[in-house]
Amino acid sequence: MSKSSFYTSVGYKILMALSGLFLMVFLVQHLTINMLSVISPDTFNEASHFMGTNPLVQFLLQPVLMFAVIFHFVMGFVLELKNRNARSVDYAFKNPSTSSSWMSRNMIISGLTVLAFLVLHFVDFWIPEINTKYVLGDMTGLMADGNYRYFHELRHEFQSLPRVIAYVVAFIFLALHLQHGFKSSFQSVGLTNGNKRLALLKFGNLFAIVVPLGFVVVALFHFLTQSH
Amino acid sequence: MNLKLKIWRQKDANDKGSMVDYDIQNVSEHMSFLEMLDVLNEELIEKGDDPVAFDHDCREGICGMCSLYINGEAHGPDRMVTTCQLHMRKFKDGDTIYIEPFRANAFPVVKDLVVDRSSFDRIQHAGGYISVNTSGNTQDANAIPIPKDDADLAFDAATCIGCGACVASCKNSSAMLFVSAKVSQFALLPQGQVEAKDRVTNMVNKMDEEGFGNCTNTGACEVQCPKGISLDNISRMNREFLSANLKKS
Repeated sequence: MSKSSFYTSVGYKILMALSGLFLMVFLVQHLTINMLSVISPDTFNEASHFMGTNPLVQFLLQPVLMFAVIFHFVMGFVLELKNRNARSVDYAFKNPSTSSSWMSRNMIISGLTVLAFLVLHFVDFWIPEINTKYVLGDMTGLMADGNYRYFHELRHEFQSLPRVIAYVVAFIFLALHLQHGFKSSFQSVGLTNGNKRLALLKFGNLFAIVVPLGFVVVALFHFLTQSH
Repeated sequence: MNLKLKIWRQKDANDKGSMVDYDIQNVSEHMSFLEMLDVLNEELIEKGDDPVAFDHDCREGICGMCSLYINGEAHGPDRMVTTCQLHMRKFKDGDTIYIEPFRANAFPVVKDLVVDRSSFDRIQHAGGYISVNTSGNTQDANAIPIPKDDADLAFDAATCIGCGACVASCKNSSAMLFVSAKVSQFALLPQGQVEAKDRVTNMVNKMDEEGFGNCTNTGACEVQCPKGISLDNISRMNREFLSANLKKS
């Protein structure tokens, strides 16, 4: 794609969709590892240690993921501002629910909620993890008793009811974001038409429910299976 | 039926404008919406007031001239019709009806409910055509075999009357349904292939230059379009755009 093509509304749409599709793939990968914590703590520990210490994951995939997250949010804000500027005088009477869903009109609200959750998530997991590995220099992933620390740390975070509630609320908004975002991504890259649109809509709705619900199940499982 | 109308009045492009209340009595349910406005205007003229300016021409849903944002919907509460085909039977006695111009910075208000939609013309000029030698040696279009499905889809796209309801109903004032219909009607036919790459790029660039917003796939445009132009056209345009620019680079 030539440089100038990126600076058109369709170019922005395509880039926004590609970053969204990448983030959805990441969500599936993240959920898969999280589910291991419910099924097998040992496998969860091993998978977490692999993801946390593998150079390819740490120094290639992680920066790409960070870039995709930042790009998706920044581009989302830029497009929202541009779109708001396209109509200086608003209608006196609006009736948008007759022709579009709440989810499709309020991606910025669901997106901002997910962004707020990401801040909490980074404080809970990512920053301590980076501190342990790259500031303190402990790459072993072990606690003093010689066991892996990952499962223990996960359980510890889900002891707090307010935190679990925050996670559940955030994933409800993620579900709303995905309900529109999934099918919208395919539309933006030109992969929908006719029957395919209907199939993508159905699969997108399923994806928007199953993936966030999986994260909620993990959080609730660890909250409910330990003493408080 | 008796109705209360709240109509946007604006003297000219520089006037700030405001909603003004009018009462209208004895409206027949068989009237079209524009006929109801005609009756209102006759009453205003009889009283020595300035009649409400609104766009109209064919009054049979073909020309794309009539517009109006009625009770929060482009062309009003009915589906697959333009305002001139909207009948007063869609309303009830005692209803309050909000009547506003199509809103978008790319559609500046000229007066009252009349907006300047020439930005659509300029997008068309940027690529919504095919260059054909008309010196007398032009090949008959019907002599070129075209799959029936493609011909039908191209025809469906070509039914876009360029009224601007897609822009008016989109929360982003995006013109992508209109532009995609104009791109699609050629992209599906062999005659459109020669200029395909330049067409989509130039029309998209012009659309942005005119100040329309970006499409966020809410689908409101498809619902409100009086000709039922499908979102599939936007998908096709995105595909055409991606393909054209990947080939360029």
